[in-house]
Amino acid sequence: MSTSPKTMFEKVWEDHIVVPETVETPAVLFIDLHLTHEVTTPQAYTELRNRGLRLRRPDLTLATMDHSTPTRTEQVFGGVPIAIDSAARQVQQLEINAREFGVELFNLQDSRRGIVHIIGPELGLTQPGKTIVCGDSHTSTHGAFGALAFGIGTTEVGHVLATQCLLQRRPKTFAIDVVNRLPAGVTAKDLILAIIGRIGVSGGTGYVLEFRGEAISAMSMDERMTICNMSIEAGARAGMIAPDATTFAYLEKAPRAPKGAAWDVALERWKTLPTEAGANFDRSVEIDAATLVPMVTYGTHPGMVAPVTGNVPAQGDAVFQKALAYMGLKAGEPIQNVPVNNVFVGSCTNGRLSDLRNAARVLRGHKLAKGVKMLVVPGSQNVKKAAEAEGLDRVFLDAGAEWRESGCSMCLGMNGDLVPTGHYSISTSNRNFEGRQGVGARTLLASPETAAASAIRGRVTDPREFSSN
Amino acid sequence: MPAVKTIQSRTVVIPATNIDTDQIIPARFLTSTSRAGFGKHLFADWRYDSAGNPKPDFALNKPEANGASILVAGRNIGCGSSREHAAWALMDFGIHAVISTEFADIFRTNSLKNGLVPVLVDENTHAWLLAHPQAEVAIDVEHSTLSLPDGTTVKFPLEGFARFCLLNGVDELGYLLSQDAAISRYEEMAADEQRRR
Repeated sequence: MSTSPKTMFEKVWEDHIVVPETVETPAVLFIDLHLTHEVTTPQAYTELRNRGLRLRRPDLTLATMDHSTPTRTEQVFGGVPIAIDSAARQVQQLEINAREFGVELFNLQDSRRGIVHIIGPELGLTQPGKTIVCGDSHTSTHGAFGALAFGIGTTEVGHVLATQCLLQRRPKTFAIDVVNRLPAGVTAKDLILAIIGRIGVSGGTGYVLEFRGEAISAMSMDERMTICNMSIEAGARAGMIAPDATTFAYLEKAPRAPKGAAWDVALERWKTLPTEAGANFDRSVEIDAATLVPMVTYGTHPGMVAPVTGNVPAQGDAVFQKALAYMGLKAGEPIQNVPVNNVFVGSCTNGRLSDLRNAARVLRGHKLAKGVKMLVVPGSQNVKKAAEAEGLDRVFLDAGAEWRESGCSMCLGMNGDLVPTGHYSISTSNRNFEGRQGVGARTLLASPETAAASAIRGRVTDPREFSSN
Repeated sequence: MPAVKTIQSRTVVIPATNIDTDQIIPARFLTSTSRAGFGKHLFADWRYDSAGNPKPDFALNKPEANGASILVAGRNIGCGSSREHAAWALMDFGIHAVISTEFADIFRTNSLKNGLVPVLVDENTHAWLLAHPQAEVAIDVEHSTLSLPDGTTVKFPLEGFARFCLLNGVDELGYLLSQDAAISRYEEMAADEQRRR
């Protein structure tokens, strides 16, 4: 029997159908891994309690604390109370819920704790071909391993807790073909910002993206995660990258990946996942990586992005005018004119060890410009420990930056790590929405390298000026 | 979830494009462990000044917005964070339907799960609604139509299952729980495959 060539998405989707979709009803889709955290689960557990339901698959559920948790060491380990009472209550509630429903929890002091999208891959729970969900839109990160991973709301969190399934309509597929290699000094973050700039912040709505091509194949897993992480900033709930030797080498070392004979079997199966030649995508776009330079956002969504060597666009629509007014920028002005008051290195986008290494490489031997505050927040406690073993913490501290415990921190400022009103923040995170990092905060998204270079100069800076480091 | 059959109301218009869920409900209000009470923080940073006073120019603060339960928003409403608190905040404030030309995926899903009706309309209808705040319109969930003041009606997409849930005020969990046998069969099959390996 011959079948038409399939995309990777189609294979993973079809493998997880419990009940097929019809015109009237969505498919029942089985979920292999449910990652959870303190902010988007309490109401779901309340629902389970109210209905007298149990957690169906504790073995496929993992809980961590990341969004509202403090990053100050004394509040994490030193017995000093969490500064925000409601955040402290949320953390306590997760401990109660995890105990009551039998969920494995990495609590505040656990050495395995970290941002949910950093620890899944770190543990090796994120694997090719799995369906992975979490009450967080950046769940798309896990697609870097060839998993189908997407963010869900709290009601759906409850559905997965109770049934290990979700009701889903099959999304469309969108191939992002990245031809050629990225030039030296241009990073995965620059590429994904360029892609979002090209297809727009709703260009991926209704689609699952597949990133492929020479530049993607050449990337490390950390870089691939940065790419897939920001799929949602183009409106796509999920982004995927075909598993290959790089993926397998990463997972082979991970503590909870299959071992021994199970590894061999898993590997054989994972190798069958990539999109077959001739498979049809609903939409595709081609991006030439060789033409790219470091990118920085200037506006209030991630699609408002310009080359670090360029200018704020000279003109635009009402959205553009409103964004510029918020950002306090003038149409047509050079991006490198923009001052920087705050620098944030961290988040599920760029909080992995290689990101910290890249920022440290630029920063080594330099001091922060006068008046600049810089916060470096590792993505997980494991990342923190590994960075300290290499002395990266010293590089940041010597430059005048702060070195904190892991968490989402200043990406969304839920824990009180905030950018003051009117300040410019160059941030390695994923969203430059109005108020995202604090009321009136002006966020510019960029790579760790660009953030570090800008910290040294006190204005937006092309990191390639520091490439001799 | 409350049943919703028809919604008849004046509209309130927030014309901004790409209204992200951080605007609808800023992250600092998400430390609650309950679904209730988010309405007072709806659009907090657009609605209040730094001293906490209502900004008179913002659409929701105008006297004519009082009691309006249909929000007309610019294209791509609800992009960004998956926080269902955005739908909770709108419902708690008294908004029961949102009209736009494009909805972000997760926001649309979250809305339907809370009885907040996403009404997708064409550019022309949208342009008319943006230009006519406080228009008296009616939404008929059963027929998935939006009726405009001049009597014209436009269809909006709403699949059968979502319509059933809205009309009957039932959420999807009951349906999913009724699939228990199929889920168990799937789990057994997956476990068998694991054993064969």
